[in-house]
Amino acid sequence: MSEPEHDNLVKTGVEVGTETGAESAAVSASDSVASTLAVALVLCIVCALVVSAAAVGLHPLQQANRTLDRQRNILLAAGLYTPGRKVADLFGQVESRWVDLSSGRFVAPPERDALQEQISIPHSLDIAGIKSRPRYVEVYVVNRVDELNTIILPIEGLGLYSTLHGYVALAGDGSTVQGLRFYEHGETPGLGGEVDNPRWLARWPGKRIYGDGDEPRLKLVKGGVDPNAANADYRIDALTGATLTSRGINRMLQFWFGQDGYGPFLRKLRHREA
Amino acid sequence: MQTETRKALFDPLVDNNPVVLQILGICPTLAVTTSLATAMTMAIALTVVLAFSNLSISLIRKQIPNSIRMIVYMTVIASLVIVVDQFIKAYAFSISKQLSVFVGLIITNCIVLGRAEAFASKQPPLLSFIDGIGHGLGFSLVLLIVGSARELLGSGKLFGQSILPLIKEGGWYQPNGMMLLAPTAFFLIGLLVWVVRTWKPAQVEKHEYQIRQVHRTEAL
Repeated sequence: MSEPEHDNLVKTGVEVGTETGAESAAVSASDSVASTLAVALVLCIVCALVVSAAAVGLHPLQQANRTLDRQRNILLAAGLYTPGRKVADLFGQVESRWVDLSSGRFVAPPERDALQEQISIPHSLDIAGIKSRPRYVEVYVVNRVDELNTIILPIEGLGLYSTLHGYVALAGDGSTVQGLRFYEHGETPGLGGEVDNPRWLARWPGKRIYGDGDEPRLKLVKGGVDPNAANADYRIDALTGATLTSRGINRMLQFWFGQDGYGPFLRKLRHREA
Repeated sequence: MQTETRKALFDPLVDNNPVVLQILGICPTLAVTTSLATAMTMAIALTVVLAFSNLSISLIRKQIPNSIRMIVYMTVIASLVIVVDQFIKAYAFSISKQLSVFVGLIITNCIVLGRAEAFASKQPPLLSFIDGIGHGLGFSLVLLIVGSARELLGSGKLFGQSILPLIKEGGWYQPNGMMLLAPTAFFLIGLLVWVVRTWKPAQVEKHEYQIRQVHRTEAL
């Protein structure tokens, strides 16, 4: 009687043993170095394919959106935007022109290669923190009755964390600001991000960049602007809580409206020689 | 519908809400709820990511090596988030500019990783997918409640349409600017937690410790 029982016990013991053995073998099979590497590799390839398919497939649409957004901001800067009307239609009144920054003259649209041409800025002069500037810049003009009415100039420069990209619209005199818009930046929402605040942007129209000389005089100041002060035309209230973004905008104005930026071009425009 | 499926879909709405009960995903709830349009986009984005991350992780749950499972989850989630972000940039550009980094930050949203580890790695694909939708809807519900309160009281609008006419536009409503600041989102979530726990007392946590009155001599 006892022997078969013993046999049984042994058998069960063996069976249990083999089962656990098989189980641990299975676990270690999917956990082995080879299969871990294989799973990681396959997963990476699949994920990379999915991500790049989405990025490549949607790129034309995104590009179209970006262009439309840039055009909308150009219109907004120039004060030509009317909500409800198609940006593409409104943009019809804007004409694209090219300017050679060094000579300060309008030029014919450059060849494809020349478009990419960048001129590096010596560190000591690079107050806007952009390292290099293009040789030719695409600007936008609005002509009414054969007279240059508005000129819209792209500007860029370092704020606190990010590079701000925007447009300044000037009146035909080459000095009076008509408006400003930033279309791309990564400043802190609520602080530096207030560069998008319509109420702050509404302070820009009517300000003047140049006085009698060629040095840009317009800058942001802390503590508000007294509208009766003699220099009120050259001062704009800085952004609350965004000292470094405001400083970045000041440097951007200094650079882009100085000798290395649009200075030569706007001087010609002011003296009707462009 | 089977009980299990129904539980996976409807439990996260109130009984097991990811924000109100599990207190996860607070960061986007603060950041994108100043207007309903951004809250809505964020809610849809997170629901899509959550449903599909749960589905794909559940599909490969038997192949995922234990030692690198977290990295596998993160890779799957990150890929899905990038795809969703690309779609938003292509079809809702102005909203994508307002959401800025917050769509990308879904990658680090605890709800997504939490459901991957706690549910999808152990359950079949379809059920995991439904669980993802359920949790996405639970998150969306809170986002929309907080978003409508903040936009309505902070700027007198819903979805950008004027509801309460503002004083400065000739109406009678003086907007509460604090509604647009992040702390208010905390207050609103707090109130929501309070309301839900009053309605469903089972959600109230047990005290982890008790303050005991100590006799003066005992303290010495």
